[in-house]
Amino acid sequence: MIATHYVYWAFFALMLIGLYVVISHGNLLKKLIGLSLFQVGVFLFYISLGKRYGGSASIISEDVRAYSHPLPQVLILTAIVVGVATLAVGLALAVRIFEAYGTVEEDEITDDDSTGPDGADSDSTGAKGTGSLHKTDRHGSGS
Amino acid sequence: MTTFVLIHSVLLAILIATAVAITRMRALYGATMLAALFSLVTACLFVLLDAVDVAFTEAAVGVGISTVLLLGGLALTRSREAVTPRRRRLPGAVVVLLTGGVLAYAALDLPEFGSADSPVQRHPITETYLHESQKDIGIPNTVTSVLASYRGLDTLGELVVVFTAGLAVLSLLGPLARPEQVRPPADFHLADYRVIRVVTGTLMPLILLFALYVLFHGDYGPGGGFQAGVIFASGFVLYGLVFGLDKAQQVVPRAALWLLISLGLLVYVGLGLTTMLLGGSFLDYDVLDPDHPASGQHLGILVVETAIGVTVASVMTAIFFSFAARGVSR
Repeated sequence: MIATHYVYWAFFALMLIGLYVVISHGNLLKKLIGLSLFQVGVFLFYISLGKRYGGSASIISEDVRAYSHPLPQVLILTAIVVGVATLAVGLALAVRIFEAYGTVEEDEITDDDSTGPDGADSDSTGAKGTGSLHKTDRHGSGS
Repeated sequence: MTTFVLIHSVLLAILIATAVAITRMRALYGATMLAALFSLVTACLFVLLDAVDVAFTEAAVGVGISTVLLLGGLALTRSREAVTPRRRRLPGAVVVLLTGGVLAYAALDLPEFGSADSPVQRHPITETYLHESQKDIGIPNTVTSVLASYRGLDTLGELVVVFTAGLAVLSLLGPLARPEQVRPPADFHLADYRVIRVVTGTLMPLILLFALYVLFHGDYGPGGGFQAGVIFASGFVLYGLVFGLDKAQQVVPRAALWLLISLGLLVYVGLGLTTMLLGGSFLDYDVLDPDHPASGQHLGILVVETAIGVTVASVMTAIFFSFAARGVSR
């Protein structure tokens, strides 16, 4: 059991470390780093399902007999590029939140929202507009 | 096989240790550098799992682009994390324990790692991708033929996501969303150091040439549009980091960049519509050369990979420019 499944458990551990960071850390940028850890865990798990012992990279050649499966690789290859693009969107949202609230800590942002725009030195329209952004980002990193 | 298990478990141990260190680190610049190391080790693991194309992408994206973007994000916000209060730790721990329990239990049903008769290997599609593709398409790298031909529509969808993400970043941080305050221009340039200047100048053409090689050699070895696009973009990112944003924008003007972002996608969709007009189905490259379907496939894959490369490279460069142009507004 351990000899054949240790790989999966290690990848799950990676995912869970990422998940923990996303849920318990309050810093939005740290959440994004945690999200990429989680993401890498999923990528590795996915690719490991197509791996075959004694197999080779799936570039066809005459003197190779067994290949690992190309399909998971294709899906993950595109997912990595999509992942960095969405990371950039998350970072852009975090930057805008910082410009509106002066912080990227989730707790301080929530406090700021509950005390209203008087406590903040930004104008009220700006704070309202970015308030919805803040919610989008939280849902984004949670999923 | 013993060597494999040995190398594999060592890399996994390094990976998990790095991940734990990242979570415990409150200085986020340090955490970002560790995340780059994490990506590098992941790329090694991908090579070990026979996924050379993926390793290529992970190395270019994880170590290059996403590290620079994270550093950019940190420069515009705060680089030190507040202490995580104790009350926040409990919900996270509970969710992680529950999810972990479910995953560990479900893993018992998974096929043995690396076995030759797992459902993935036994599925009929494996035969299609690995052997029939040699007759239908004739390209040795099956990852490329699956990406650009068999699952071309899927890849088009992914490209649309990259395109949309690029638009989202441009609308959040781009020139149309400037803060009112005048940004203090950073007058510090790495180009003041002669070593960095000369090395960058020498490396720049090599990086771009390498990206083109990766793009056009993707049929025969690891490579393709996504990898080439990211490597191309990292060349411009390096140039922008060293010589400053103004110089970089002289090389790639903003208008050209915005045009290229949509151009790649339009070429991709246009090729699909062309194949429909020629009487085939969407993205069926056989009709491009009815007498020799294989050469039609070659042509179609080349066009698609180039289109992907153009859009990915311009989106990544545009995202970097948006972050770099955003001054500290407060």
